[in-house]
Amino acid sequence: MLRRRVIPCLDVANGRVVKGTRFLDLVDAGDPPGLAERYAREGADELVFLDITAAPEGRGTLLDIVERTARRAFIPLTVGGGVRSVEDMRDVLRAGADKVSLNTRAVEDPELIRRCAARFGSQAVVVAIDARRVPPGTAIPSGFEVVVRGGREPAGLDALVWARRAAALGAGELLVTSIDRDGTGSGFDTELLRAISSLVTVPVIASGGAAGPDDFVAAVREGGADAVLAAGIFHRREWSIAAVKAAMAAAGLPVRALPADREA
Amino acid sequence: MTAGPGASRVPVTVVDYGAGNLVSIEQALVAAGAAVRRAGRADEIGEPALLVVPGVGASAPAMERLRAGGFVTAILDWTAADRPYLGICLGLQLLFDESEEDGARTLGVLRGRTVRLEGAPTLPHIGWNQVERRRDHPAFAGIEAGADFYFVHSYAGAPDDASAVLAETEHGVRFPAAVARGNLLGVQFHPERSGTDGLRLVANVVRAAATATGLSAAGLPPEVA
Repeated sequence: MLRRRVIPCLDVANGRVVKGTRFLDLVDAGDPPGLAERYAREGADELVFLDITAAPEGRGTLLDIVERTARRAFIPLTVGGGVRSVEDMRDVLRAGADKVSLNTRAVEDPELIRRCAARFGSQAVVVAIDARRVPPGTAIPSGFEVVVRGGREPAGLDALVWARRAAALGAGELLVTSIDRDGTGSGFDTELLRAISSLVTVPVIASGGAAGPDDFVAAVREGGADAVLAAGIFHRREWSIAAVKAAMAAAGLPVRALPADREA
Repeated sequence: MTAGPGASRVPVTVVDYGAGNLVSIEQALVAAGAAVRRAGRADEIGEPALLVVPGVGASAPAMERLRAGGFVTAILDWTAADRPYLGICLGLQLLFDESEEDGARTLGVLRGRTVRLEGAPTLPHIGWNQVERRRDHPAFAGIEAGADFYFVHSYAGAPDDASAVLAETEHGVRFPAAVARGNLLGVQFHPERSGTDGLRLVANVVRAAATATGLSAAGLPPEVA
């Protein structure tokens, strides 16, 4: 049976892993390949690098980090942040990433999803959707609006409409982040997740708001997520990946055991 | 990538036809004791103990690029001689006669077709899933029955000859996770992205290829930590 995945997210700025409340109050949390290897050893099912380097000259640093990570952590690696073209995507895949995550640029130019999927396959294209709740009566029927540029700028686009369109254009997965919940530790927005996971057949990755193992269970059970992503609770060592997976297994969700666990 | 250090390394050639990430499979092969060469054209294959055809994506463009590089004839000759071959994901699917994805005529090394995973609850099938062996095979030596491997695909092989199926996986439907015939092995999952068990499988394949080719496997790591 297909396992529900647990995915640590590493926000990377200028060659270091950082963590704040989404792009604010950033705190240095370590060397990306070293942290990636540790998470792989501890049972992470995949890794996501989100490049939040503001300056374009930081891109070379990112590619070097991707390459060093791919040599050490033999689990799938997704890279997001600043991928603006098929050429950008090619460079990131050549450095050793398995997938890229498109966000702001895909909202501005949805055909980018189709071009990337045509060149590298849908399985390599993750579309990241950052969404926030808006009051009823606005031009956003579902009440979930897409926001871009690191969650700061409303796109005037309904998140459900965008999810369906992104999947139709060739996205192989959707990474759905609740901007309202991100970094707050108040739990995933399971209504947002359920609305999107029941709308598309591609896997949905839940993001934004994890405080503890119960939140991972809820993201899958209530939100219908195929995979669950978190950053701060792992970086700060509040919870181990093993503890999260143990809670998911206890709730009856299929998770991958490490070879060492099975042999024990 | 050029050959790694040490005469005891097993020469392995990875076919580069522009279909995705080669870094991780090359790194896994190096960890398994291989000296890896990347071939962009058939005349760059050399005389390896093992030929690896990785790849993700659609069949028709892959076949076009294989043909342009002169690889089609080379792979057919290689497999006809039962030389050690590892196909990964698309590299497995291309072994069949044709693909339902885009109607492409593929290599025809194994009778059968590549079909869409109709009935799967989510597509693409992405993530870790159990691989259930139908019989013993050296590639899975030391790997526990039902171990998880990482998959990323929407299509899978449907061989005419059920005896070619080495292992199966279930995602709404059952499909071949691995096929094998003689020294040929195809895996639908990505061993290079499947952690410790994946590295062990790659090491097993490299060791078996060295043995089949008459090379000494003495210098290889006994198993990957």
